[in-house]
Order: sequence, then C-alpha cells, then structure tokens
Amino acid sequence: MTWWLLAGLLIGCYFFKVAGLFVAENSRLSPWADRFLSCLTPAVLSGLIIVQTFDFGGELAMGALTVGVATGAAAALLKAPLAVVLVVASATTAVTRLF
Amino acid sequence: MTVSEWLKATWTRQHQRDGFLLGLAVGIFGITFGVLSISAGLAEWQAVAMSLFMFTGASQFAAVGVIDAGGNPVSALGTALLLAARNGAYALSVGKIMPPGKGRKLLAAQLVIDESSAMAQAQPTLREAQEAFWTTGLSVFVFWNLGTLIGVLVGGIIGDPMVWGLDAAFPAAFFALLLPHLNKREKRRSAFIGAAIAMVAIPVLPSGLPVVLAGFGAVVGARARTKRQGQN
Repeated sequence: MTWWLLAGLLIGCYFFKVAGLFVAENSRLSPWADRFLSCLTPAVLSGLIIVQTFDFGGELAMGALTVGVATGAAAALLKAPLAVVLVVASATTAVTRLF
Repeated sequence: MTVSEWLKATWTRQHQRDGFLLGLAVGIFGITFGVLSISAGLAEWQAVAMSLFMFTGASQFAAVGVIDAGGNPVSALGTALLLAARNGAYALSVGKIMPPGKGRKLLAAQLVIDESSAMAQAQPTLREAQEAFWTTGLSVFVFWNLGTLIGVLVGGIIGDPMVWGLDAAFPAAFFALLLPHLNKREKRRSAFIGAAIAMVAIPVLPSGLPVVLAGFGAVVGARARTKRQGQN
C-alpha cells in the first residue's frame, strides 16, 4: 500500500466524522440527503461483492471463488457468526480449487 | 475509580453492558481484518495504523480488498471514502447529544461508527445516549485494535492466502456487512441497483470504476422513496 493511499484513507475517514460533529450544532441534513447517505452503504457494498465475486480480469465469470462466496453468503443468511461465514467461504473455495 | 469498580458499574447498566459486548464481538472482526491485510500484502504497521486512525470497518476491508484484487490505489481510496461518508451522517445525529467542547468533540469524532451511533440512538434519555455512545465506541475501539494486532500476528504465519481460499473471505465478509443494512425497502433497492450497475460495468469499464458507479444505486434508491412516500 503506497503512503499517499494510506494517508488519504486516514485523513478522509476522520474528516467525515469530525465534519459531521462540528456541523451538527447549527444545521440539519435534508431528509433526502439523510436517506441518500443511508442508501450509499448498501449500494457500494453490494457493488463491491459483485466485483470481487464475478470480475475475473475485466470479464464476468465464475470460478472456485464464486462457489466459495455463495456458500459463505448462504451461511451468513442462516445467521452464522462472521468467523464461521469466512471459514466456510474460504474452505469451500480452497476445496473447489483442488478439482 | 479503579478499573474493577468501573467494570462493575458498567456491568449493572444494560446499555453499557450491551455496548461492551458489542465491542467484544467486533474484536473477532478485527482479527479477520488483520489476517486479510497481511494476506493482501500490507505491512503489519499499515494494518495497525488503519485500525487506529481510519477506525471504520467497511472502509478498511474495502481498501484492502481492492488492493488484494489488484485494483489501483485511486479506486481503493474512492471506494473506502464512499463507504466512510455515512459516518458523516451518524456524526450529525451524535452531535445533537454531545455537550459543547472542542477537545472532547475531536476525540468523540473518531468513535462515530455504526455500532456507537446505533446504540446511542436507541436510548430513551440524553444521559443514557451519551453513556451508550462512549461505552460502545471505546469498547469497539479497544477490541477492534486488539483484534487487528492479533490478526496481523496470526496472518504472518498463514502463508499463501490462495491455498486457503482467503480471497473468498473478502466478498463473504462484505455480504455479512451488507445484511444489517438491508432493513429498509429503499436500502434493499439501492443494494440491488448497485449490484446491477456493477454487473453491467465490469466488462466495459476499467477496474475500480464499477464499484464507484454502484454508489449511484443510492441516488436511484433514495429518490424512488421520495416519489412513493404517499403510498408507504
């Protein structure tokens, strides 16, 4: 990880938090902005999941990784604890790669 | 007050006990972050610095995940900051319960995350909201960083991450992170549209952009709600 990426991450993440706290005293978000910010997280997270599961060098594809992620997701839907979800996803991927 | 007195006082009050336990659970997540950071090729100190100073799980995982997948640093930064923007909204509501004082706010800001904000909002009185915020925030902070440290040490002895299928752990972790954000219709819609945008964008756009574009799912998701508000 290059130094400027790390610096950007540290400063950027703190900026949002501190800006919100200091702005809070004399202003409010419009209901739309409030809803937009609460929708931003699920939108970006699901985009991230798709990219990391189906993007094989710029092409939509499936592989051992896809099988593992799907199994892990099923575990998460069954309310398995995070550690279990990750072990299931990783182990399934590793075993599928053997074939 | 000694530590044991503080623990005893904390333990007898439900919102503080819940906050403490929440932090403990997040610590497990911290271990995962440490392990995955090392497997993505980060130096130990970088993972530790991220947990101390970024201190917002989804963004940390995202940055490391994009790097691990071979994405460029700009898209790693963009994705992480898009995910961090929600802390700004949390901070606005936490700001309403914070007593004035610059120093205290600079410190409190770092603790504004999903868990502490949700716990504070769930309290009936101002005093309990403040207590819940500080207990949860500090507990998550301590255990998240402790977890990262353990994960970084464990990650070093694991070896080749591909052999263990650890590359599948990132998207699986994001899925687990996503589930609690699907509690409202407009959020589910945003998630769905974000996923669809990413799918369409992957073959045509350079890596990194599909995730940033997925953020537009929120624009559509949030707007659709405004139109239909009368029906809901």
